[in-house]
Amino acid sequence: MNDRQTTAVITVLIALCAAGCGSDEPDSITAVSWGGSYGRAVQEGVNVPFTESTGIRVDVEDYNGGLAQIRAQVDIGDIHWDVVDLEISDAVRGCDEGLLERIDVNALEPGPDGTPAAEDFLTGSQVGCGVSTLFWSTVYAYNENNIPGARPTTMADFFDLNAFPGRRGMRRVPQVNLEFALIADGVPLDQVYAQLDTPEGLDRAFAKLETIKDEVIWWEAGAQPPQMLADGEVIMTTAYNGRIFNAQVLEDQPFVIVWDGQLLDVGQIAIVAGTPRLEEAMRYVTFASMAESMARIGRRISYSPVRKSGMPLVTTHVTAGVDMEPHMPASPANAARALRYDWSWWVDHQDAMNERFSAWLAR
Amino acid sequence: MAGSVRWSAGPLDRAQIRALGLVAPLLLFIGVTFIAPLGTMLMRSVHDPVVADALPETLAQLKSWDGEGLPPEAAYAALARELRRAAAARTLGQMAGRVNRVQVGLRSVVTRTARELREVEQGPWRTQMAAVDSAWADPATWYAIQVTGERFTARHYLNAVDLQQLADGSVAAQAEERRIYVRLFLRTLAVSGLITLLCLLLGYPVAHLIANSSPRRASLLLILVLVPFWTSLLVRTTAWIVLLQSQGVLNDLMVSLGLINDSGRLAMVYNMTGTIVAMTHVLLPFMVLPLYSVMRGIPATHMNAAASLGATPLRAFWRVYWPQSLPGVGAGALLVFILAIGYYITPALVGGSSGQLISNMIAYHMQTSLNWGLAAALGGVLLAGVLILYWLYDRLVGVERMGLG
Repeated sequence: MNDRQTTAVITVLIALCAAGCGSDEPDSITAVSWGGSYGRAVQEGVNVPFTESTGIRVDVEDYNGGLAQIRAQVDIGDIHWDVVDLEISDAVRGCDEGLLERIDVNALEPGPDGTPAAEDFLTGSQVGCGVSTLFWSTVYAYNENNIPGARPTTMADFFDLNAFPGRRGMRRVPQVNLEFALIADGVPLDQVYAQLDTPEGLDRAFAKLETIKDEVIWWEAGAQPPQMLADGEVIMTTAYNGRIFNAQVLEDQPFVIVWDGQLLDVGQIAIVAGTPRLEEAMRYVTFASMAESMARIGRRISYSPVRKSGMPLVTTHVTAGVDMEPHMPASPANAARALRYDWSWWVDHQDAMNERFSAWLAR
Repeated sequence: MAGSVRWSAGPLDRAQIRALGLVAPLLLFIGVTFIAPLGTMLMRSVHDPVVADALPETLAQLKSWDGEGLPPEAAYAALARELRRAAAARTLGQMAGRVNRVQVGLRSVVTRTARELREVEQGPWRTQMAAVDSAWADPATWYAIQVTGERFTARHYLNAVDLQQLADGSVAAQAEERRIYVRLFLRTLAVSGLITLLCLLLGYPVAHLIANSSPRRASLLLILVLVPFWTSLLVRTTAWIVLLQSQGVLNDLMVSLGLINDSGRLAMVYNMTGTIVAMTHVLLPFMVLPLYSVMRGIPATHMNAAASLGATPLRAFWRVYWPQSLPGVGAGALLVFILAIGYYITPALVGGSSGQLISNMIAYHMQTSLNWGLAAALGGVLLAGVLILYWLYDRLVGVERMGLG
């Protein structure tokens, strides 16, 4: 063989390998989550133990919620996300649109005491494609050092620029913000979604948001709010409660959570429709939805298991040793003035609200 | 520029073939990486076959519908059949998303209807579908399907300039709360113009200084211009966040100097100020470098000659130096302006909600709302605007006078 032939043979081999070598490698999946301290809790509490017990490697990607990236992958037919951690309303919408695989709740592992999965999950937390994993909530929080005088205690205080002048952080999405606006405007918790269902109620919510619009810094990633509080860039901000907890406990930040009017939601994981790694993805979902996995997350960040058998396993924080129960959004003391997120309202209105909200922002 | 390349009328000789062979990779590269994506993107702004492909029978039934009242039962039956087919083929989501853009809220109506109809085998379809959602008893729903069913459409371009086509075919202004793009285009033009002006004011003296320094000092100064130019865009932008934020370097300094008190810290980032400051800094080298290269070619003796003929320094500058530096001003201004118009990362990071430009809206429609047709149309309008400005520039100043160095 002369040089040229050798080169040709090597080229062909490389081409064949590129086409074939990588294709039958079922031992890794891509799990997409929300990054930051929650992402680390999932990594330590679920991904690492999953790899240890199955040998399937888990590649982690971060995102900030929404269906856009899943939609783009399914539309183009090039699916590289296998399992996604998403909000329940997105899980339902994704299911209806055929973006997610259907999952039978009976295929999931029973509780540690043998209770079938369908009974072990708290009622109302299972829908078509998504498997519920934890309770989380959006709250607002402030940095004690930056508010010297009277402290905010109610949702109305968050919107009160006279009593608490300064900039606020809010997530750059319509959900949660509209509810908060109505709660702050004096709407009783059980009337919030009834109000949102009327054009006047919607106008009222946007009008309330308008009153603080000039003072709002909009965040997207869950890791931003604690950072903005620490930097003093905002005097208070809405945030995922677990992120604030981690800053309080692990970084000794003087942050205070205001639980009044918190929006309590259920987080779900689901499988992207048409993934070539369906079997591995299903094994991951089964593993992540076991009470033990949920409890391992609950021992790292203040999101509580949605399985009845999960909560007793949580106990204390894995490194800091603090009792987790008082920090959980669903604990009775914190949930006294909590609003349950009505995902069915958002399933029907998300598109309309996204459009109205982004137009409102751009004005 | 024009006329510098001449092709002979006869057959290509060997030298020309070889020359063509040498540039072929470049032409291929430009074609694959520039012309083709641009073409397909612009195509998307007028061509959208998703609904037409998903609902051919329904659309055929709607052809005979006059738009008054509800379409015939046959249209309902065809739609029910095709919704089920689309759900099975997983194209339902895409199709529902298209219809949703004309009538917001229809995405969930369509997907829910497809879900409810999964078990239904028998008509009457109209009453059954209206029972799932009252939207099916509304002609507007059917109009939305009919409109999105057109393969070629001017909808996206109308949308991009805040217009909409009504059911009777007439064109009218968009509803008040959806009218945002024209305002954003104008804001983008104004901000880009302001940034160009700031770059010129800041860059002109710098370029003049460099051009008239000793070679050693000039190269040192040039490096000072180029080092930020070579630094990552993200680093420079986040550096501005550190400087400008309310607990940032600048505010801390002013508080410690007693210029402002602690509660009156200035909001200089996450708003328009942040966008303008950071973009001016990021784009400044694009102004300095062409200016410098033109100024270097202006003999210093001209100013001396003007002075010896009795001109004041200001008059000498204005009558002698400035006209000679104009090609650099033109090149730098055009470069900065066109780059600013399409800028995306910097406003996204430091612009907050008030400092967003049209490019951020294009990114939003590309990544979040996935309305690529509208994103392409907005990009098309932007491209047309830039081309018009370029044409104007050519008419007023002349492109051949531009000195890019």
